[in-house]
Amino acid sequence: MWRYVVKRVLFSLVTLWLLATIVFLMTWFLPSDSARLILGAQAPEASVAEFRIRNGLNDSFLTQYFRLMKGLITFDFGQSWKYPQYEVWEYLRTPLAKTAKIAVLALIITTPISIGAGLIAAKFRDRKTDRAIVLFGLAASSIPEFVTCALLMVGLGLKLGWLEPVYSTEAEKLSLFGQLRFLLIPALALALAYFGYIARMMRAGTIQALDSDYVRTASMKGLSGSQVMRSHVLRNAIAPTITVMSVQVGYLISGILGVEYIYNYPGFSRVLLDAATDGDLPVLQVAVLISALIYMVATLFADLFIAWLNPRARLELGSS
Amino acid sequence: MSLTTSRPGSSIGALALDVDDLHLAYNVRGIPRPVLRGVSFHIEPGEAYGLVGESGCGKSTTAYAALRYMPRNGIITGGTIKVDGDDITSMNRSQLREFRVHKASMVYQDPGSALNPTIKIGKQLIESFTVLGQSGTEAEKSALEALRKVQIADPARVMGRYPHQLSGGMLQRVVIAMALACDPKLLVLDEPTTGLDATVEAEVLDLVRTLRNETGAAILLIAHNLGVIRSMCDRVGVMYAGKIVEEGEAQEVFDSPKHPYTMGLLRSLPRGGMHKSQSALATIPGTLPVLGSDLPTCVYIDRCPLADDTCRTVVPPVVQVAPGHTARCHHIDKVSEIAAVVPSTLREAGTDTVLEITGVSKTFRQAGHDIPALVGVDLSLTDGETLGLVGESGSGKSTLAKAILGVHAPDAGSSLTLDQHQLASKINKRSADDKRAMQIIFQNPDSALNASWTVRNILLRSVRKLTGKDKEAANARVAALADHLRLSPRHLDMKPRQLSGGLKQRVAIARAFAGDPRIVVCDEPTSALDVSVQAAILNLLAELQSEQRTSYVFISHDLGVVRYLADRIAVMYLGRIMEVATTADIFEGPNHPYTEALLSAVPSVDGEPRVRIRLDGEIPSPANPPSGCVFHPRCHRFIEGVCDVTEPPIVEVVVGHSIRCHIPPDELQRLQALDA
Repeated sequence: MWRYVVKRVLFSLVTLWLLATIVFLMTWFLPSDSARLILGAQAPEASVAEFRIRNGLNDSFLTQYFRLMKGLITFDFGQSWKYPQYEVWEYLRTPLAKTAKIAVLALIITTPISIGAGLIAAKFRDRKTDRAIVLFGLAASSIPEFVTCALLMVGLGLKLGWLEPVYSTEAEKLSLFGQLRFLLIPALALALAYFGYIARMMRAGTIQALDSDYVRTASMKGLSGSQVMRSHVLRNAIAPTITVMSVQVGYLISGILGVEYIYNYPGFSRVLLDAATDGDLPVLQVAVLISALIYMVATLFADLFIAWLNPRARLELGSS
Repeated sequence: MSLTTSRPGSSIGALALDVDDLHLAYNVRGIPRPVLRGVSFHIEPGEAYGLVGESGCGKSTTAYAALRYMPRNGIITGGTIKVDGDDITSMNRSQLREFRVHKASMVYQDPGSALNPTIKIGKQLIESFTVLGQSGTEAEKSALEALRKVQIADPARVMGRYPHQLSGGMLQRVVIAMALACDPKLLVLDEPTTGLDATVEAEVLDLVRTLRNETGAAILLIAHNLGVIRSMCDRVGVMYAGKIVEEGEAQEVFDSPKHPYTMGLLRSLPRGGMHKSQSALATIPGTLPVLGSDLPTCVYIDRCPLADDTCRTVVPPVVQVAPGHTARCHHIDKVSEIAAVVPSTLREAGTDTVLEITGVSKTFRQAGHDIPALVGVDLSLTDGETLGLVGESGSGKSTLAKAILGVHAPDAGSSLTLDQHQLASKINKRSADDKRAMQIIFQNPDSALNASWTVRNILLRSVRKLTGKDKEAANARVAALADHLRLSPRHLDMKPRQLSGGLKQRVAIARAFAGDPRIVVCDEPTSALDVSVQAAILNLLAELQSEQRTSYVFISHDLGVVRYLADRIAVMYLGRIMEVATTADIFEGPNHPYTEALLSAVPSVDGEPRVRIRLDGEIPSPANPPSGCVFHPRCHRFIEGVCDVTEPPIVEVVVGHSIRCHIPPDELQRLQALDA
């Protein structure tokens, strides 16, 4: 088991290295000029040249590459090019925390509801309740998050006035609970998109478990419906859902982008987007690696959780 | 609760199971399709009753109905089911649950899937006692006791295991322990030993017999193996198309069947020492009526050799043949006429050696350990000969087959020759001709045939790959092959899933024969098929062999089938050949003690009395083989200080009969005669 975890971590490190290299290569070969982009079209040639020298942009390919790698390995990411007063990590920390807030809130809302909905749908398979849940889930996950977000802004924000229709810096003065008014709309938009995937997977997993021979054995023993659900169905039904949730973290990250943009939320994706358009290479590198890291950690935890649930999966992990 | 509450022991003298005119249908797209069409039978308290018939006849549906368990689309459309006097068809949900807790339980076909893979054995077993109202600690004590009762040596250890960590035989014991938790009035066993090795099957059946005597539970046993039914049951019902067509004492029904269907089933079994050289197997033409179709006067009319105008116009009555023996047929007195033997016209095996393997070993490496899966195997095969390969799972049969085919490259020093030339060990190093010369037929045609291709494309590809024929010639060859294997042109344009099991296996055989092979490995080719279909496939294999002089390596756990088809038999244990001889010699003896045990484990439909030699424990892991003779820890003729010290060589005791045992053949013969 531990061997497996160590292996996975090593593998993740290699992936991160590859990713960093790819981002570097892209910025190297793309015909965009970070100095010009950051300083603006009007900047005098001299300051552009000075910028180049200061940030080592005139160095050879390998020198630049190794400088980047050294920085990543020593966790010394340097300063942002665009905002030289900030260290990269300082610059990223606050938006990352902001994004984490809505992402975690979205998960807290959607996980119990969608798992519950999946269970109920499976239990009342092919009946009206099931059809309604499936249809709602399909609709919720097929509408893009930012559209849902816009609808919620209009509906819950403007028309009903329950929540803030758009983000403002006012929120930062409030307690975490007070901020909820500003966080719920983007979180709900993400939760709705996520709901469809999780509920559908949970429904499928539950149906598979309900149709299994061991559930037949359990009900032949004379266990009641809820006993069967609790001790035989749930554990087996939830495994595929966990996998899907962890994979969906990737989509969640990209979904957040649109939502934050529409809601004018100063989150992580905004920073990532800016860094990409400006060619702020140090920020971009670290931001991309952080998103990848989140994804990897999520999938690793999912796999370990499944191994904990299912002894056979444990066996596979042990042998791989 | 009312006076008719369902407490155990409340209704003394009631029948254990009384099924009366049961009609059951499956709802398919809103239309009820009848599956059971008036099934009536009863089981006395403590009696064992067997249901037999081909798949799709409704026997499992009946078994599950006895606990009122139906698929989601199942509905009881008429009749009653009474267990221990209580009508379970009219029970509400909680009454039904009470009934299942206290009165009836079930043992399933595949114990591996019947237990929850994510929960430890102990917890699952304890559950069976807590539903009875026992406290946690009481239930745990009962669970340990229950495991001891099903003869599990180390109950505490087994309780801490997960299902995938136990063998099939052990799992089935656990399921039986669960089923007996409530001391049921009725125990339903649905194919409880299908998929288990013959030796394990024998142990499980012994256990069921013992427990039946101890608990006095009535038994409803479903099995497609008629030998199992005969050895276990007092009475038997033969089902066809949702009806019981014949019923009576097991012995009487199997010895003098009165319904043409029973007759057909029994005749399609290779039994009583039948061999392909004497007679072909009888088959039942046609197939079961489609589920839910309208039935004619007599359900069996389309397949019956005795059908006449009376059968077509008058519904056959239930005729009392003898006290307690009934058959649903107009012609019970003519049934014996069916029993004509179909003489065999096969050519005998030749004398030219096709395949010679010497010193074939295969060592797998796993986690830094050597696992010898095959150890110094010597075998030969002549043209048109069938070599039967038998032994428990894990004995190395499949590994040997794969080594011959080159799927697993054998270790250095192994030698394989085909028609006097050396074969490369690995298949990708073999010439096109060598690949063409060796083919395989798998146990499960479903997974062997590409589900998204038509039969024509499957065959066409094999023909072109193996023979390099151009498209036109290949097409002609496919047509000829199909014709030869009695696949109609209509079948060629179907996909595998549209075909029945027997037809699919025909396609798999046609594929193997696409390039006129010299050797075909048949890996349990009929074990997933019904007996009547099995008979047709075995006949077909024998005919093809006789015409084309193909040699077979025939792997099977069904000794009846091997005895019928094989010219010689090799018995394997832990990667070694323990005995090899002609089929006649194997069944004549003297035998290696392991062969002796294998032979004695088979329940026979002929019911001949035989000594049962119990094999203790399970086949050891090849990673850690026992010292001396690898069979010694389980051997009933073990000699201390000899067998556990040196491994005996395989010795030719008479011409063509080799045994790997320290005990001299005369002594083996004497000992075996003493036991018989």
